[in-house]
Amino acid sequence: MLILTCPCCGVAAEETELQPGGEAHLKRFGPGSSDDAFEAYMFARANPKGVHFERWRHAYGCGKWFLAARCTATLEVFGTYSAQTKEPPAEIVTKIRAKRPDWAGWSA
Amino acid sequence: MSTRLAQGGRLIDRQKPLRFTFNGLPMEGYEGDTMAAALLANDRMLVGRSFKYHRPRGIVASGAEEPNALVGLGEGARFEPNQRVTTTELFDGASAISQNHWPSLDFDIGAINARLARFLPAGFYYKMFIHPRPFWKHVYEPFIRQSAGLGRAPKDRDPDRYEQAYGFCDVAVVGGGVAGLAAALAAGRAGKRVWLMEQAAHWGGRAVVDGVTVDGAAAEDWVAAALAELGGMANVRVKARTMAAGLYDHGYLLAYERIADHTPGDGRPRHRLWRIRAGQVIAATGAIERPLAFAGNDVPGVMLASAVRDYAVNWAVSPGDRTVIVTNNDDAYRTALALADAGLVVPAVVDARACVTGALPQAVRDRGIRVLEGRGIAKVKGGKRVTGVAICAQAGEGSVLEEIGCDAVAMSGGWSPVVHLWSHCGGKLAWDEAGAMFRPDPARPPTGADGAAMVVAAGAANGHLQAADCLADAHAAGGGTGAAPTAVTEAEAPLEPVWIMPQGAGPALRAKMWLDYQNDVKVSDVQLAAREGYESVEHTKRYTTLGMATDQGKLSNINGLAVLSEALHQPIPATGTTTFRPPYTPISLAAIAGEAKGELFQPLRRTPMHDWHEAHGAYWEPVGHWRRPYCYQRSGEGIEDAVRREVRNTRNGLGLLDASTLGKIVVKGPDAGRFLDMLYTNMMSTLPVGKCRYGLMCNEQGFLSDDGVVARLSDDTWLCHTTSGGADRIHGWMEDWLQCEWWDWKVYTANLTEQFAQVAVVGPKARAVLEKLGGDIDLSAAALPFMHWAEGTLGGISARVFRISFSGELSYEIAVPAGQGRAFWEQLIAAGEDFGVMPYGTEALHIMRAEKGFIMIGDETDGTVIPQDLGLDWAISKKKADFLGKRGMERTHMTDPNRWKLVGLETPDGSVIPDGAYVPATGVNANGQKNTQGRVTSTYHSPTLDRGIAMALVLNGPDRMGEVLDIPGIDGKVYRAKIVSPVFYDPEGEKQNV
Ligand SMILES: [Zn+2]
Repeated sequence: MLILTCPCCGVAAEETELQPGGEAHLKRFGPGSSDDAFEAYMFARANPKGVHFERWRHAYGCGKWFLAARCTATLEVFGTYSAQTKEPPAEIVTKIRAKRPDWAGWSA
Repeated sequence: MSTRLAQGGRLIDRQKPLRFTFNGLPMEGYEGDTMAAALLANDRMLVGRSFKYHRPRGIVASGAEEPNALVGLGEGARFEPNQRVTTTELFDGASAISQNHWPSLDFDIGAINARLARFLPAGFYYKMFIHPRPFWKHVYEPFIRQSAGLGRAPKDRDPDRYEQAYGFCDVAVVGGGVAGLAAALAAGRAGKRVWLMEQAAHWGGRAVVDGVTVDGAAAEDWVAAALAELGGMANVRVKARTMAAGLYDHGYLLAYERIADHTPGDGRPRHRLWRIRAGQVIAATGAIERPLAFAGNDVPGVMLASAVRDYAVNWAVSPGDRTVIVTNNDDAYRTALALADAGLVVPAVVDARACVTGALPQAVRDRGIRVLEGRGIAKVKGGKRVTGVAICAQAGEGSVLEEIGCDAVAMSGGWSPVVHLWSHCGGKLAWDEAGAMFRPDPARPPTGADGAAMVVAAGAANGHLQAADCLADAHAAGGGTGAAPTAVTEAEAPLEPVWIMPQGAGPALRAKMWLDYQNDVKVSDVQLAAREGYESVEHTKRYTTLGMATDQGKLSNINGLAVLSEALHQPIPATGTTTFRPPYTPISLAAIAGEAKGELFQPLRRTPMHDWHEAHGAYWEPVGHWRRPYCYQRSGEGIEDAVRREVRNTRNGLGLLDASTLGKIVVKGPDAGRFLDMLYTNMMSTLPVGKCRYGLMCNEQGFLSDDGVVARLSDDTWLCHTTSGGADRIHGWMEDWLQCEWWDWKVYTANLTEQFAQVAVVGPKARAVLEKLGGDIDLSAAALPFMHWAEGTLGGISARVFRISFSGELSYEIAVPAGQGRAFWEQLIAAGEDFGVMPYGTEALHIMRAEKGFIMIGDETDGTVIPQDLGLDWAISKKKADFLGKRGMERTHMTDPNRWKLVGLETPDGSVIPDGAYVPATGVNANGQKNTQGRVTSTYHSPTLDRGIAMALVLNGPDRMGEVLDIPGIDGKVYRAKIVSPVFYDPEGEKQNV
């Protein structure tokens, strides 16, 4: 059972306090978007064995959403950060690169 | 025979005799006994029958690894099957019964299976019961069910209390042997927050039995001093009777404390499940001795050598008068010495090694005990008890060289580190050739949140079987500085791996060599599996059931995979181990449930009027975590009658509904209007202050998700009503968009659902009763028209009045502060007396909305329905460039004109169509199932119209008005129904606009 530190309130929260929200940094496609773009937004989700970025809500705590970078294979947590961002912060990317030299890197 | 020795027994108190029964026979033991020790002291070696062949089985081990000695323990409601007597502390008045036999333990008809053993090989069930198919359900399964199963389930409700608790520590040390104590001392002295736990009631592990000297003192004294020091540290918690059941992600350790198993009924919780977050786990879990595979190694009286020594030293119990020891290592010689010290006879030590020269064997020889080198046991003689052993050359095929009379056999095939905690969360193992064992591979530990190792194995669990190495390793594992505790023991010569005895044994002998005692898996079964092509150890396990019993193969796994490796002609590490899964030993289901039972199973949400409803005949319906009255039953009245009465009374006079469960979310801020325009399919920003508007919410796929009335409270404030079950979900949905997508929009949301009680005052007399309450709100049709709201006081209580209707009648929904909800409700009941007021429940609510053709989220919607399917196009804005779900609704399948759409159904004979019935179409689909063209979404008997009414989604339904459908019900009848408008009652809305 994971422990993730909520960057909003600072609590190291147990997984039972959290609500999972799937892949982070999705770009919304609304009216006017192509079928392919909308399909990808709705349904196409990365499912990597390794580095992944996810949305979590501190549901039984401060109620805020935040984002987490972790390894889906080892469950190592590289960091949690604000949900109010469109891409992973540079310091987290640096940290992941140091620990996972083979990582292909984040792309939108 | 087995008996109590006149002297000794470091754990028992001879001043405190305890009475207990086994299969009704009265027996006596001492405080400090395990039930196993006490049974042996009463010469009860045969305690059960095996699962498959019903072979007589005795006690083999002295701890958690025991495979055989499972009993039904306790009586009545406290009866519990499959309890291990080796880990059951004896208490006065205990009662145990044996299992797996009929009619009696000593004479068992099922034992005939053993005669048929050669017809019941590995995979027997798979091979035998597969054909013919139809036989499975009615012939094979009942037969297997009758003969299968361990023990029987208790019939009465468990009277005991169970609880769960949380623990936090820097270091959790698992195991109370000298390794665990040394590690805990090291970590404790360094100021770490330490938990030390031991599964048994006593401490010291093997060292105290084996006469080790630690730091110049007897191990027993060193252990006592260590416990005293640990007990004095404020940062250390010491817990006996606490078994670390499993290790999970990020240092989540589950520990099972057996608080009151040995003091039943004393008022304390029986078990406590600890949910511990440990920074680091030190697995000082010791090692388990392996049996040897020789013919007849399951005959009662054949035991592990270490267990024999435990019984002699700890409990002053002699398992036999004459004990032959059979071994491949030096450690087992300690058993010979312990028995000789107790004055018992050891006719011989049978050692598979060709040349035995160590210090321990020499000490045994010095006592005048024969040591037979290069020898093995060809066969154990005896049925329900060992009577002797036939000796052979280990190198040969089993020719008997000599027979030795004995009533017990102590065997040792070496030791296997207990690596379960290491392995539960991904730690890998390495094969140790010298020790013939798997040990934790320090290069591949289980890792935690920071990517670093979260478990350190220490002592014997790390493969350090010699006391001195073990202590040094544990001291280092605990982060100890300075010198480690030192230990002095006799040096041991290397063991020689022995997987079957003798090594050239033929089929007859191999078919009598047991690997898994509880599941009756023999060497021949594993070899057969290998011949049949089972190469993976995981497949072999499932095919033969090796290691799948309640002991999880603690004794059998390593021997089994060694036999498999030999059969596959590959080294043991190439075969690998099966997966170690928690719990380490079984834990009670009640501990997993903890206090989450009965009223505490789930939180119950009560409206402010809950108790009033309870006192007035409420027949409750669960709605999410809420309870709502389905109807209010009067004495002698049936449920359906109550519902009809409530509907008629509301339509004709005055009804009250507790609508407090409705979601009430305030959305406020400069961008609130813009935000709600994105959330709802229709326009909310244009709603004037003082007015209400019905709105729909969809998910991004365009599917209807929730609905409700929105009121604009002020220029920048809207109040959104949601469905009762949807309040938390919709509030979360709003927050998701505000926090993660439009985080620069200036909007606040607050879920005020529980802050207000809400009452729907419904019916032709609704205005009259509110005017009678008195207040400063003008409730006239002109001042407060339909879909408007007003605030003020009603009956002296501040109130917000919404003129909205979900019933089609004149209706006011009135919100008051939750604390005054009950008072307001009672005022309405009192004031309404003259108008014939009656409360009504959710079923009357549902019927009245269906009579009006109003949709219900969850009835007319199922997560695949778009608003257009329900004829709600009018509530979808065409002006807005964007709203959640707009793009989803534009997908081709959603814009397909041929969709299932909402209609009403009317049965000519007035009957009620069964709920959920499908409307069939011609032909079959690709799966050979009948095609369908619609389904019934709501169906009721309408008391107002006095006939059945239904709503349904039907292919192109609105274009097929008047068409008659045949709808089969699961009751076998076919219902005729005519497609009609879904509005059955007052289609012009005259009743609500008065
Ligand atoms: Zn938080």
